[in-house]
Amino acid sequence: MNRHLLNYLGWRLLQSLVVITIVVIGSFMLLHLVPGDMVDVLGGQRGDMDAELMATLRTRYGLDQPMLVQLFNYVTGVLQGDLGYSFRNSNTVLSLVLQRLPATILLVVCSVAVAVFIGTLAGVFAARHVHRPIDVIISMVVLVFYATPVFMTGLGLVIIFSVKLKLLPVGGLITPGVDMTTLQLVGDVAQHLILPVLSLSLFYIAIYARLARASMLQVLNQDYIRTAYAKGLGTSHVIIGHALRNALLPVVTMVGLQIAELFGGAVLTETIFSLPGVGRLAYDSVFERDYPLILGVLLVCSFVIILVNLIIDLIYTLLDPRVEVSR
Amino acid sequence: MLRRVLLSPAGFVGLLLLLMIVGMALSAGYFFPKGPWALVARPYMWPGQRPGLLFGTDSLGRDILAAIFYGSRVSLIVGLVATVCALAVGITVGSIAGYFGRGVDAVLMRITDAFQTIPGFLFAIVLVSILSPSVTNIVIAIAVVSWPPVARLTRAEVLRVRETEYVQSCKIIGMSTPRIILTQVLPNSLSPVIVVAAVLVATAIITEAGLSFLGLGDPNVMSWGTLINVGRPSIRSTWFICVLPGLFVVMTVLALNLLGDAINDALNPHFRKR
Repeated sequence: MNRHLLNYLGWRLLQSLVVITIVVIGSFMLLHLVPGDMVDVLGGQRGDMDAELMATLRTRYGLDQPMLVQLFNYVTGVLQGDLGYSFRNSNTVLSLVLQRLPATILLVVCSVAVAVFIGTLAGVFAARHVHRPIDVIISMVVLVFYATPVFMTGLGLVIIFSVKLKLLPVGGLITPGVDMTTLQLVGDVAQHLILPVLSLSLFYIAIYARLARASMLQVLNQDYIRTAYAKGLGTSHVIIGHALRNALLPVVTMVGLQIAELFGGAVLTETIFSLPGVGRLAYDSVFERDYPLILGVLLVCSFVIILVNLIIDLIYTLLDPRVEVSR
Repeated sequence: MLRRVLLSPAGFVGLLLLLMIVGMALSAGYFFPKGPWALVARPYMWPGQRPGLLFGTDSLGRDILAAIFYGSRVSLIVGLVATVCALAVGITVGSIAGYFGRGVDAVLMRITDAFQTIPGFLFAIVLVSILSPSVTNIVIAIAVVSWPPVARLTRAEVLRVRETEYVQSCKIIGMSTPRIILTQVLPNSLSPVIVVAAVLVATAIITEAGLSFLGLGDPNVMSWGTLINVGRPSIRSTWFICVLPGLFVVMTVLALNLLGDAINDALNPHFRKR
C-alpha cells in the first residue's frame, strides 16, 4: 500500500509541476500583453532617458532577444525564485510578496477553519433535525449567506460592529504605536482579525453547511449506521465516530477546490479592512500599473494553492484509506 | 419541466425576483429618462428625506434609485454574456477532451488545472487592468476565469456518453466525428451543465460588482458595484449608499440560486426529498 501511495504522490507532484509551468508561461504572455516594457516604465519614471540609454538597458536586461529566448529566461528565472523587479517600490518582487504573504495566509487559514467548523456543525445539526423548523431556519440563513458577496458582508460588518456598536477596530492588523507583551499582541491581532475572517468565511460557512447536511443525510441512511445503533452505541458516538467521519470527505474535497477562490476573496477583504496582505498589495499595484508585481502576486498565490492541494490530497488518503490512488 | 420548476416554492420565488430585476432593467429609461448620472438634489440626502427620492442621493447628488435601475442592466448583461462565453469555451474544451481522450485530454485538462489554480478574482483584476476597464473587457475577464468548471463537468459527462451503444453504432455507420459530438454526445450530456449556468450568472454578477467596487468598473456605465464604491468613503455616516445597491446584488444572486436549485430538483427528481 505504501508503494502505491508513493507512486500516487509522485504522479501528483509531476502533474503539479506541469501546471506550474503552464501558469508561468501564461504569466509571461500576460506580461507581454501590457503595452510597453520594463525600460519604458523606468524611462517614464526618470523622465530623462534618451533612446541610446534605453537601448543599452534593453540589451542588458535581455529585452532585445527573440521572444522564445526571453520566455526561456523568464521561466528559468521564476523557477530560481527571480520574479522580477518592482521599480515603483525599489525592491525585488519576491521579497515584496513574501513580506505580505503571512498576513494573507493567517487570514485564509483562520477563515477556512471557521468556515469548516461552523459550517459542518450547522449542517450536521440541520441533518439531525431534518424537515423540522430549526432545519428550515438554518437552510434559509444559509441561502442568504450563500448569496451575499464578500465585500457586502465586509461592509455590513464594518457598519454594525465598528461604526454603530464601536466594538471592534475598523481596519489594520495591529494597533500602531502601543508597546505590548506577546500575549497582548496575540489578543490585539485576534481582535483585528474577527471581522475580516467573519466576512471572508460567511459565504463558505453556507457552502459547507449545505454540503455537510446533504452528505450527512446520505450517510445516516447507510447500513453501517444502523449496525452501529443496533450494537448499542450512543447517539453521539455514532454521529461523530461513524457518520461525521464519512460525511466530512466531500467537505475536504470542497476546501481544496475553493482555496483559490479564498485568495481571490482575500483581495476584497484586505482592501476593506486595510490588512497588510498580498491581496492589498495586488490592489495597490494595479493602480500603480506595476505589472511585474501583480503577476508576482498571482504566481506566488498559485504556488501556495498547488502546495495546499497536494497537502489536502494527503489528508484525504489519511481520512479515507479506501480512496483510489490510481490517478 | 418548466411547470415543475414553477411549482416548487424556490423556483417560483426565484423567478418572481428575477422578473422584477428584469422589469427594472427594461423600464429604467421610462422611469428615469434623465439617466443615472443626472444631478437631482443636494448630495447625501437620506432615503425618504424628500418625496420622490425614495432611496436618497449619493455623494454628488445623483438619484440612488435611478442608479440602481440602470445598474440592473449592467449586472444582467454582464452576467448573461459572460456566462454564454464561459459555456461556449467550457463546453468546447470539455467535449473535445472527453471525446478524444489520451494526449488531447491530458493537454487540455492540465491547461484547465492551471486556470483553476490561479485565484479567479485576482486573475480577473489583472486582466481588466491590463486590457483597460470596459464592459467588453470585464465580460472577457469573467469568462476567462469561469470556464474551467464547465469544461470539467462537460468532460465527465462526455466520457460517460461516449461509451454508450448509440454512440458506438453511430461510429459504425460512418457518421463523421463532429456530427456525432454535436448531434449525439452533446445533447445527452448537457443537462448538468444547464444547472451550473444559473450559478455562473450569479457568480459573474458578483464578480462584476466586486470589480466595480474596487474601482475597476467601466467608467461609462453605472453599475451596482460603482455605486457601492462611491458610497464607501462616507460609510460612517451615509451607509445607505453602499447598502441599498448591495441589497439588490444579494437579491439577484439569491433569485438565481433559487432558480438553479429548482432546475436541479426538476432534472433530478430522486433527490427532491433531500
